[in-house]
Order: sequence, then C-alpha cells, then structure tokens
Amino acid sequence: MAAVTSPRRREPLPIWRWVILLLAGAFFLIPLLVAFRFAGIKSFGSVLSQSGFTSSLSLSLRLAVVTTLITVILMLPTAVYVHLRLPKVRRVLEGITILPIVIPPVVLIVGVLQIAPGSLKSTPYLLALEYVILAMPFAYRAIDAGLRALDLKTVVEAASSLGAGWVTTLWRVVLPNLATALLSAVVLTVALVLGEYTMASLALFQTFPVWIYVNSQTSGQVSVAASLLSRFVTWVLLMAITVLGTRQQRRIGGGAVNLFTVARQETRGGA
Amino acid sequence: MDQTVAAPGSLADPGALGSGPAAATGPPRRLTVPGVLRWLRRMAGIVPFGVYVTLGLLLPMIAVAIGAFQDSSGNFTLSNIHTATHGIYLHGFEQSIILSVITAILPGIFGPLVAYAIFTARRGAVLRRIVITASGVFANFGGVPLALLFIASLGSTGLITHWLANLGIDIYANGFSLYSLSGVCLVYMYFQIPLMVLVILPALEGLRPSWREAAQNLGARTWDYWRFVGGPVLLPSFLGCVLLLFGSALSAYATAEALTNGTIPLTSIQIGSFLNGNVIAGQENVGKALGLGMVVIIAVAMLIYVALQRRAAKWLR
Amino acid sequence: MAAAAAVAGSLLLTVGCSSSSSSSGSTSSSSTSSGTNWATATSVSAGGGMTALVAAAKKEGQLNVITLPSNWANYGTIMKDFTAKYGIKVNDANPDGSSQDELNAVNQLKGQSRAPDVLDVGTAFAVKGDQEGILAPYKVATWSNIPADAKASDASWYADYGGYVAIGYDSSKVKTPPTSFADLLKPIYKNEVAINGNPTQASAAFSAVFASALANGGSLNNIAPGIAYFKKLHAEGNFVPVAASAATMESGQTPIVVWWDYLLASEIGPSVKSLKIVIPSDASYAAYYDQAISKSAPDPAAAGLWEEYLYSTTGQNLWLQGEARPIELSTLVADGTVDQTAYKALPPAPAGNVTFPTQSQQAAAENVVAQQWSSVIG
Repeated sequence: MAAVTSPRRREPLPIWRWVILLLAGAFFLIPLLVAFRFAGIKSFGSVLSQSGFTSSLSLSLRLAVVTTLITVILMLPTAVYVHLRLPKVRRVLEGITILPIVIPPVVLIVGVLQIAPGSLKSTPYLLALEYVILAMPFAYRAIDAGLRALDLKTVVEAASSLGAGWVTTLWRVVLPNLATALLSAVVLTVALVLGEYTMASLALFQTFPVWIYVNSQTSGQVSVAASLLSRFVTWVLLMAITVLGTRQQRRIGGGAVNLFTVARQETRGGA
Repeated sequence: MDQTVAAPGSLADPGALGSGPAAATGPPRRLTVPGVLRWLRRMAGIVPFGVYVTLGLLLPMIAVAIGAFQDSSGNFTLSNIHTATHGIYLHGFEQSIILSVITAILPGIFGPLVAYAIFTARRGAVLRRIVITASGVFANFGGVPLALLFIASLGSTGLITHWLANLGIDIYANGFSLYSLSGVCLVYMYFQIPLMVLVILPALEGLRPSWREAAQNLGARTWDYWRFVGGPVLLPSFLGCVLLLFGSALSAYATAEALTNGTIPLTSIQIGSFLNGNVIAGQENVGKALGLGMVVIIAVAMLIYVALQRRAAKWLR
Repeated sequence: MAAAAAVAGSLLLTVGCSSSSSSSGSTSSSSTSSGTNWATATSVSAGGGMTALVAAAKKEGQLNVITLPSNWANYGTIMKDFTAKYGIKVNDANPDGSSQDELNAVNQLKGQSRAPDVLDVGTAFAVKGDQEGILAPYKVATWSNIPADAKASDASWYADYGGYVAIGYDSSKVKTPPTSFADLLKPIYKNEVAINGNPTQASAAFSAVFASALANGGSLNNIAPGIAYFKKLHAEGNFVPVAASAATMESGQTPIVVWWDYLLASEIGPSVKSLKIVIPSDASYAAYYDQAISKSAPDPAAAGLWEEYLYSTTGQNLWLQGEARPIELSTLVADGTVDQTAYKALPPAPAGNVTFPTQSQQAAAENVVAQQWSSVIG
C-alpha cells in the first residue's frame, strides 16, 4: 500500500476491490436487465404518457425535501448533543430510533390518523411528518456511525476554545466532518420518500409511487416498466443531490480550521 | 494530528462511564431548585426530539399496545395475546426471526466489503457516487416489483434458470426454489446489502490510514491489522448496523408475500392479513397483538446488542 | 355557501396534491340549498326526485371512490362514463387497497374532503361497517330487483356484482385445456398453477381454496379438503406459490391462474390475448361484493347519484361488459335490456343455484385457512 505523505488525487483501486464491485454489480444489475427485456421499450412510453407524472413527482419531491430537512434538523443536533453531553442516554436513543422499523406502516398511519387534528389531516405534509419517523432508524444509524468515527469531543472543545458558539461549531466544524454520514442519511431518506407507497395510499394522497402504481395496471409489462422508471428517476435525483452536496461541502469547508482540513485529507488519501 | 484508539477514561472514550464533567446524566444529586434547573437545562437539548417522537411514534404505539389487550367491544382481554403466541403465529415469529437473522448477518459480510471497496476512492469520484446513490435506490426497492424481478430471473422458468440449465446446471432439480425460505433470503439480499453499505460507510471514515501504516511498520499482516485495529474500531458501529438490518428484515412483508403467498408463515404477513386484508374482518386486535410481539422481539434484540457492545468495549481496551 | 367553503379550503391547504380532491378542507358541502339534505335521504324519491339529485350532485362536483382499480370489473370505463354523463369528477384513491382499508379510511378521514363517499367491499366488511354504524341507508330506484338475501335489511349495503372462481389459462402455452380442479393435478401442468394471493388476506385466493374444497368432498362447513388439495397440488410439483398477476402470466411463470372469472378477464385478458377462462366443472363457488354509502360522505348527493347510475341498466351492463355478473342480471335478461354480446361472452355458469357461506361459516373457514395454509408447502 502506498505511503500517505501527500494526498493523492487518483489512485487505481487494487484488483480484489474490482472483483467485489463486479460481483455486486452482476447481482444487482442482471435482474434489472432481465426485467428491462421483459418490459420492452414501448411500455415506458405508455407509462409516461399518462397524466399526473409531473404533479405526483413534484409532490413527492416536496415531501422529500421537507422530510429530509426535518430529519437532519431533528436528528443531527440531538445525536451530537447526546454523544457529547449525555452518553448514558445514547443507548436509550438508539432504542427509540430503532422502534419505527418494526411498526408496520399501516399501524403507524392508522395511529396517526386517529390522533391528528383535522387541519393536519387535510394536507399531504402530514405524510412528511410521518416519513421523518420512518426514516429515523436509517438516518440515525448513519449519523451515529459517522459520529463514532469522529473524535467529537476534541474537535468540539478545540472549536469552542477558539471562540466558536454552538451553532458555528455544528455548522462549520461538525457538519463538514460528517459529510459521508449526512450523505448516507440524506440518500436513504430521499429514496425512502420517493419509494414509499403504503402510507401515502392509505392516507389517500397521490404521491409519485402511488401514481406509478395506479398507472401500471394495464399490463404486466407496463407495471414492470413503471417500477423501473420510478427507480431510475429516484437514482437521477439522488445523483443530482450528491453533486449539490459536494459543491456545498466545498463552500462550507473553506472556512474551517486547518486542523480539520488536514484530518479530512488524511482520511481520503490512499491505502 | 492523528488519533490512536482512545485510552480508557479519556475524554474521547465513547464507552467510558463517568468520564469527565460532561457525562454526569443521572438525576440531580441534590433536589434543590438550581440543581433541578441545571438538570432540566441539560436535558433541554433532547426536548425537541422527545416531543416529536412522543407525538409521532409513541402515541400510535401506545394505541396499538392498548388495542392488543382489547376485544372487539373494547373490554380487556388476554385472548389476543394468547392467539398471537400459539400455533401458527408462534411459528410465524420463529420463521421471521430466522429469516431476519440470516438476512442481517450475510449482508454484514458482503455489505462492508462493498463499502470498503469504494470507500478509499476519492470522495467525489464518480464510482463512489454511483454506488452510494444506487445503494439508496436498491435499499428501498422491494415488494411486488422486486419479486417480479426475481421471478423473471430465477423463477422456475426464469431467464437465469434457463441460462444455467443450458450450461448443464439445473438449480431446481438440485433443490433450489425461489419460493422457499432460502429463496426469500436471496431476494432480501437485494435490499439488505445496499442498506448495509450505506450505513457502514460513515463508520469506515474512522479508520485512519496512518494506523494501517503503523501496523505495517510493526510487521502486522492484513489479517492482523483487521483483528487488532480495524475490527475493534468498526465493531460498535457494525453491531448497530446489523441490528438495523435485523429490524428491517423483520418488518418487510410485501416481497415475501408476493413470492410465497403466505405459504411461509411470517409475522409481518400475518399482521397484514389482520390489519388491511380482504378476508378476516373484526380481528384487528390480534394483528395489534402480533405487532406488540414484534416490538418485544426488537427490544430483546436491542438488549443482546447492548450486551455485545459492552463486551466489544472491553475488547477495545 | 360553496364559495365560503372554497375560500376556507384554500386557506387551509398548502400546495395541493395532484388528482385527489383539493377543493375544500372543511366538512361536507352537502347541498341544503334545494331543501334536501342528501346525507340523510334514503332514496331518490324521498329526496325529491332524480332531477334534484342530479342538480345537487353536480353542485358538489366530485365523487371520492376508494380501492377501485380501473381494470377491475370495468371500473375504469364506469368512472369515465359517469364523469362524461354528469360532469362530476371521480377521485379514485388507494386502488390497491383492501376492504379493511376502506372502512379505516371512512373512520380516520371523517370530516376531510377527500374521505371516501362510496364503498365497494366484501360482505364480511359491509356487515362490520353496518355494525360500526358508518354506513348510510339508501335504496336505489331498482331496489326491488336486488334479491332479498343480497342486501342488508336496513339498506346500509347491497350486492353489486360478482363472479365465479374460474381457471384462466394461456392457451398459447397450455396445450391441453384444464376443465376442473381434478384436471389441474395432472403432471402435464407441472409448475404452472397459481392463485392470485394469500388466502388469509385476498378474498379471491380464499375463495379458490373454498372452491377446491367443494370439489374434493368438502362443504361450506368444511374447508379442510381445500387445504389438502393444494398440498397435493404442491406435492405433484404443479403449484407455484407466487402471487399471480398479469405480469407473471405474461412472462410465462404462471400459465394457469385460479381467480375470479371477471378479474381474469379484466386484469389479464387485455395483455394476454390467448387467455381462456373456464369455470371448473367440479366446483362452483361464487361471491358478490357490496356497495355502500358512507354516513359521513363529503359528497352525499354525488354518492347517491353514483349508486343510481350503477344500478341503472347502463351501469349494470357496464359491469357485464367487464365480465362480472351484475346482481340484477336476471331482471335484465327477463326485460331484454341486457347487453347480449357481453352476456354471451360470459363463461357458461354452472347449472343450479349458488349457495353462499354464512358469516359464521366464513369465519370458521378463515380460521382453518389461517392455521393450516402454511402446511401446504410443509
């Protein structure tokens, strides 16, 4: 393995990693290709020609944005706070955040609809509030993994000794160091919202996954084409997010203290 | 400056008890007003989260728990619990747990491999971005569409089955069936492995390359590095990810239902037949009892997880 | 009145969702302007006549239906024709939902403008809804043509259409046509036979098991032979445990599907041209679904109009064109108003009357299936 004396821009990955990626690629892509063959090109056209594509997609996008914002704003400071100041509560927090995963969505939405006030029930953003709960296990796990990888106490104390307040510390010190964790969390949350069908249809809203389902009923080929299309659209959106995320990161990271820039480069380079 | 593994009792030690002033979280020592106020202020940081979770999660959960103990007229009864813990429903719990354990551990092997394969690529690299976004897509790809994908590929008349048959390998004659528990496990891999990749990737950031160097300088081989440095560092996060995958497999139901039509008893499918079915009317409370059972299972899994974490923390020292 | 509701609604609503209703967040805009409260009117004549009903319905402007896939018993055409005739928009929510979902939606979304107006549910759920008191009594104009045992005595629900459990097969792949449940056990049908879902959850699948029980010495009181039959089917290697659909038949995974005859026709027929449907000669099992109006319907006049439409000759024939058997079929045939082409296209019904299981027989059978279904593949 190469010595890390200077950050390398590009280094070829060793053979065994390509083998793994190839095997994984085969496992995931071959069924997709089979499905694509089954569906045929024409089916995609008949999905897209139905009305409601843009309106349902825009609704899902808005829900995704709101859900992601609430998730990050809620989970990130809480996770950082607990890691820093309340380590004993960490286990409790882990326990609470894993709970939504075993509650069937139908139970959650029925429960929510029972207690939600009427004004909330009439807007689709009720869904966003519940999606935050659904995304919680995944987002928290990613953020938690990122926080454990970071020497949070030192970093935060260094920042505060340099005069940074709570918000500045979070925004300019912790956040850039959690880039991967946040990316994972955001990717999981957005993909979840763009793929969630059960709760949206039970609450009788027409989000993108619901629209995809409704318009895939004409034939089996069309239904497969519709689901492939929805996955593809999700993927494109996620790629767009990663591009934006990298640009944003460069902007934030620009003002960070040198100590951390070095630490980041070191993690990134080689080996 | 790089970090070695945190020394016990230091500020950075994640598992240490009572490490420094920041860690005191018990109830206030003296029940004075300033003492209580200080405790409240300390807890204030998690209030927004607490409120949100109470409204959005705990209240519906309590409604479910109460329903589990009610009969259809609202009177207290234990019959739902009794039904849910016997016969086919007990069998359902067993099968669900087996399925979830297998589909949590296997991705625990393959997921980190894939994550590690891309993790050392440059952060903005196209390959890395593609794998991350594709993982997000696949992690949420389930249900009937996924089942159709696999039926078309590996069903008894699937394309891949045909290809293999042309090569002389008849998988169905050799006992493989997509519609058995092992087949369902295989299909679950399709969304479990990407989920693992995404949640373990941030943890890999904790592996400093300088450690690898230092280990090599000390004469360690790759296996020694992982056994003594990499493994222990990753273990806490890894355990958390496996727990997440266990929960995710436990609650998944649309895929298994499309593949097996309920011929394999799984708790999540049984809950579906009570709570949003077309056949059985008026027994939702049994479904809620089953849901309560799932919460109990995940709570037990959580306890096992905590016990494992404690042992891992000891290993870390 | 409507204007005030609209203003209040637009204040309450953020950027709305697409095709589902976004006209008002307040409670039902039931028209009281013409003097009738259609929410409590129990028939057209009681409410003041068809013209009044149509006017009130048009004023409401929309109808919320639930769990009606467009290729289920020709509902797509029915909804389109209704809109074309009266100009009332039909909002079709949760098409994949179940009967239980419909009851839940009525309960949970009470007071919301997108709450369901009308329901199409299995009888067990219609009875449950009646017990919960969430259904509005209503007698359509052709009420007397509905058999007495196919409607609630308090007029809260009434049968609409139904069909027989049938065997559908892709004649281009299945060279020897099966004609009975006994036939399906033959080795030539290896890896070919499927049902459309989980019998503990999907009523069509449950009915398939019931039908196979009747074909194998069982009765409405004894569904166990049905389980034994499927166990045998699996042991022979003929049973494919997947949830059959148009996709699985198109891709050749399940060339033979046991399902409702009308669903075979409307959901698989359009994409599998070589589909043939036959009612098994050794068992005839049929079931009807039921219509009901929600007591808290946000658009009660539109709901009443919808029911009148469905039970008019036009509506009943539209169902017939979806190869479902409308409840008033015998009256239509007797009156000569039946659509002859559609009538002749139906798979020939077995002779004799069909008996339906009672609620208790059904509940008992459900329990047996729930307990034993997984023993089918051992």
